[in-house]
Amino acid sequence: MKDMSEGYVTEDGRKIGGVVMEMKNITLRFGGVVAIQDISFDIREGEIRAIIGPNGAGKSSMLNVISGFYVPSEGEVWYKGEKRPPMRPYQVAQQGIARTFQNIALFEGMSVLDNVMTGRLTQMKSSIFSQALWKGRAEAEEVANREVAEKVIDFLEIQHIRKTPVGRLPYGLKKRVELARALAAEPTILLLDEPMAGMNVEEKEDMCRFILDVNDEFGTTIALIEHDMGVVMDLSDRVVVMDYGKKIGDGSPDEVRNNKEVIDAYLGVAHD
Amino acid sequence: MIYREAGDFHTSYREDNQTFPIRFDRYRYYAVLAIAFVVIPFFINDYWANALLLPFLIYSIAAIGLNILTGYCGQVSLGTGGFMAVGAYACYKLMTAFPEVSMFIHVILAGGITAGVGMLFGLPSLRIKGFYLAVATLAAQFFLVWLFNRVPWFYNYSASGQISAPERTVFGIAVTGPNTESWATYLFCLIFLVASALIARNLTRGTLGRTWMAIRDMDIAAEIIGVNPLRAKLTAFGISSFFVGVSGALFFAVYLGAVEVGEAFGIQKSFLILFMVIIGGLGSIFGSFAGAAFLVLLPVLLKVVGADMLGWPTDIVAHFQLIIVGAMIVLFLVLEPHGLAQLWRVAKEKLRLWPFPH
Repeated sequence: MKDMSEGYVTEDGRKIGGVVMEMKNITLRFGGVVAIQDISFDIREGEIRAIIGPNGAGKSSMLNVISGFYVPSEGEVWYKGEKRPPMRPYQVAQQGIARTFQNIALFEGMSVLDNVMTGRLTQMKSSIFSQALWKGRAEAEEVANREVAEKVIDFLEIQHIRKTPVGRLPYGLKKRVELARALAAEPTILLLDEPMAGMNVEEKEDMCRFILDVNDEFGTTIALIEHDMGVVMDLSDRVVVMDYGKKIGDGSPDEVRNNKEVIDAYLGVAHD
Repeated sequence: MIYREAGDFHTSYREDNQTFPIRFDRYRYYAVLAIAFVVIPFFINDYWANALLLPFLIYSIAAIGLNILTGYCGQVSLGTGGFMAVGAYACYKLMTAFPEVSMFIHVILAGGITAGVGMLFGLPSLRIKGFYLAVATLAAQFFLVWLFNRVPWFYNYSASGQISAPERTVFGIAVTGPNTESWATYLFCLIFLVASALIARNLTRGTLGRTWMAIRDMDIAAEIIGVNPLRAKLTAFGISSFFVGVSGALFFAVYLGAVEVGEAFGIQKSFLILFMVIIGGLGSIFGSFAGAAFLVLLPVLLKVVGADMLGWPTDIVAHFQLIIVGAMIVLFLVLEPHGLAQLWRVAKEKLRLWPFPH
């Protein structure tokens, strides 16, 4: 294995930087149930990092640890070279980590545009009084952030539904709006929990294209959970494989594909 | 035909962000403002002011307040009556303590004090949701009414336990007390309503409004995009209570003149405002107006039709009022759960295409 401590360049010419997030010996327990057991891995700047594993392996729990929903029972989360103290999810978001959910978690009562604008909330700093009068900083901020939101809307090709209430949209578009909301935050790390779940082939292709484009154009680091192996192997630079809360493989898609333990976990082991 | 936006282009985000992006709406809004400020004061008399206009204006402010909390932020509150009482008593204490200060200041300060009390009672909302929060705010309702009944300091040790508004002025014109002109009280309340509506609209279309609606629609997702839930809920409680407090102060000082807290600000008031918000439309400023108008006008209309036109005895009409208003509320909830505001939206959609709907 080549030395990657200072970053490297992928075959398709993308630059992968140093480690931006590192999970050190994470263990997560719910009472007697051990959801995650002593897992360590890192995420490098600019890479697409996949987390895979059979159902119940603890992938979503891992994502929840990263985004602050769960505080690990043991272990440390290092972000940008610093150990992260236990924080609430909104504080994690303010640090530049955005995510999408396995089951869409959009604000159904709001329009697509408003949903995307909520992604900018961490950037909004105007006072209540300025907002009440819609003058000064509040108004300027509204316009400036609208420009960012519109860029994302353009990028994900959802201009035509800009003012439609989210509740009226079909599933595939909702997924895209959710991605837009996460992207609007201009995150350092983007966490995607099964971005392709429940989509047909065309929608999956679109979504893959968007994920690659996001990574390519904005240099966003992406960590994703996905069940579609074809997608994972094509998209990701490195893959973590989990099973029953343990890490059983970590490396490039090819390495993982040929890992004995991974094959056993997915296909089962012959008992003889 | 009647209502269209063709040829109405926006070339900047600022134009697109306007309260009334469509020119037709904008002109209608200016026309309504002009009539309300310039025409009505010349024709108003005591009956119109006391039976219709003052209650409509004051309840609209309260409905806007509750709509921010319940309609925009999704926190159910049954404490509106109690918070109105806080506004009324705060205003009373201020009026009697600083007689020379303008009434404007008193009402705004009363709103501010209510905002503080509202935030205090909003603290449980971080832990409890839905019906349980409703019960917690119900506790606020009963506690506040009990407090104002039992602690004589609040009603300045008056023998009757009531509070009554002394005469106070704005720019030398009496707006409270026994010798007021109906146009003065009307304009005084109207200014507060217009200011409240503008502020509420600005807040709800901007950052804070999105924060509230995010909490309302899905609090987990709101937190993940960086919304501090405690802050969002407390600002909603604070701002909502500010408006409710202003309306309580006006209700006591300008409209009634003298109140007994249990009667004027009891649990029925909480339900009345909640009905206004639900019938008018949750999450809509226009809905707050529509709901207040509906519940203020309907009883008067029924009385005019029943007692004056059909000649029925007044007590029968009064009973019919209750039955019909109750039935209307049930019908509304079944047929149009999103309230009058939604009806209005649908009507506008239809009018855009009329008379060629295809």
